[in-house]
Amino acid sequence: MDVNLRVQRYDPAGDRKPYYEEYLLTGQPEGVTVLDALIEVRENVDETLGMRCSCRSSICGSCAMRINGQATLACKTRVSSVAQPDGSVTVEPMGNMPVLKDLVVDFEIFWNKINDIGPWLKTEGPVPEREYIVDNEKMLNLIGTVGCIMCGACVSDCTVLAADPDFLGPAALAKAYRFVGDPRDAHREERLADYVKDGGIWDCTHCYYCVEVCPKGVAPMEWILELRREAEAAGHTNHNGVRHSKVFAESVKEAGWLDEAKLAMESMGSLKEKLSLVPVGLRSLLHGKMPPTGPLHYKRPGADHVKRIFEELEAKE
Amino acid sequence: MKYAFYPGCVAKGGAPELYQSTLAVTKALGIELVELEGAACTGAGVLSERNPELADTLNARTFAMAERHGLPLMNICSTCHGVMCQANARMQKDPAYLERINTHLAPEGLHYSGKTVVKHLLWVLMEDVGIDAIKAKISKPLGDLKAAPFYGCYIVRPSWVLGYDEMPQRKRYLEDLIEALGAESVEYTGKDKCCGFPILTMNRDNSLKMTGTHVLEAQDKGADFMVTPCPLCHLNLDGSQVEASDAVKAHLDMPVLHLPQLVGVALGIEPKALGLHKNMVNTRRLVEQFAKL
Repeated sequence: MDVNLRVQRYDPAGDRKPYYEEYLLTGQPEGVTVLDALIEVRENVDETLGMRCSCRSSICGSCAMRINGQATLACKTRVSSVAQPDGSVTVEPMGNMPVLKDLVVDFEIFWNKINDIGPWLKTEGPVPEREYIVDNEKMLNLIGTVGCIMCGACVSDCTVLAADPDFLGPAALAKAYRFVGDPRDAHREERLADYVKDGGIWDCTHCYYCVEVCPKGVAPMEWILELRREAEAAGHTNHNGVRHSKVFAESVKEAGWLDEAKLAMESMGSLKEKLSLVPVGLRSLLHGKMPPTGPLHYKRPGADHVKRIFEELEAKE
Repeated sequence: MKYAFYPGCVAKGGAPELYQSTLAVTKALGIELVELEGAACTGAGVLSERNPELADTLNARTFAMAERHGLPLMNICSTCHGVMCQANARMQKDPAYLERINTHLAPEGLHYSGKTVVKHLLWVLMEDVGIDAIKAKISKPLGDLKAAPFYGCYIVRPSWVLGYDEMPQRKRYLEDLIEALGAESVEYTGKDKCCGFPILTMNRDNSLKMTGTHVLEAQDKGADFMVTPCPLCHLNLDGSQVEASDAVKAHLDMPVLHLPQLVGVALGIEPKALGLHKNMVNTRRLVEQFAKL
């Protein structure tokens, strides 16, 4: 088959801005991966192409890059599955990290965030003579997060990191759960206290980008949400995120549906924050945004059953 | 063509123009709706974060209501849609889980078999009504107007819950619809990104910056307006645009239409009947452009 790669090139040492270069490869095998094609380019067409790769088996995490706009592993992606109607495949470096050259990005940002969460087991008390003994069941919840190969795909495409480089981000927070959920770790409380700060678990928008692009099924966002449950249960409740979540649930429990105005107002912890809602509230009124059923938040028909369902299932929490 | 209609909380609350434009457009296209008056909030991802089984049970209750009518379900919110599709997928793959959930529905006389088909209005338009039938009813093709599509996260991710593998054309429904209505669809990177609304009360600066960045990109690419199938995105893109301007230090003036408002204009429905005057970013200039079509 023919492969038409459109590769973003950029060498900060010489180029004023990134540009695209097209490589047409003919006679490639049907199952050719994007990585196979890039290696073919580098070996036989253009040795100046900068890229990282190693295992070619979705294990080492070296070859993460954006393919048709989304981060993934080039070794795991067949050209035939991503070629556009015109036959082309667009290959770009990952996002949210600076480009060193072509498809190679600087991982310093990534590693700093991993370091920030304290990525090692912090035990207390006497060290056992042999290994720490833990029930198998108590480690099962960690299987999801230990699958991370640190390829950077989730960090590349995180929509919050694009707006705020200080966000800890999906990879580091998934790694954070790996220790919060580990029965051998003795610093669970201080970890949670750290992760609820600005730039931590409550800054995730649950946009599912990290879930979508993770090549190993780690689903970092799901672990961020797990950390939120753990933090709330551990008493870290003085946060707009917790208030928002609680008021949301109470509103639906009482009336069957959401009272948006109440939710916005009661989520805000300070008077200043509450006042920040006033302009948008006034604009809504000026634009005649009256709910079709009138201004009062009424109980939906069957709301009593919604409340009963809440009570039955909250008891299981 | 008939659906059990799930309007969601926002269309019945802060975005009444979405509700009224949906009714106007479905009527014009001959789509019959039976509104599920007693259906609860989907949980919008917030309830499932607190208590996944609780959120799934509330959605199972809604699906059971649709099933009692013998109808597929139509929603008008990307977030509701994604949450419903996720809940449906979990229950469909685990019969024991579904049975456990059904024990909570039984006291109300409801039972969910797992078979309710869930579709967003966008999918209904593209898959059930069809482009040709919509085109046949267009009285005001949108001429040389440029529209920037903004999907909303939950109608695009996770793609495997939304049937994208089987139906890859779903990735371009908004663009295809915009073009079918006669307008030009603006290509820009923000179209499937997050509007920032979910963290508006937790990290307002980031939330506004996210919204401002996408609006600014659409504006820089020459869009006359944006269009979204998600009322939560609309709350931020439209409702918070004044504050988002400050966040990205640029003057933003970008009308943001709900999906049925856009379709309604092309079908020749009066802007007032579509509630365009209720959008927060002034649509007057856009309405004048529509009048000249």
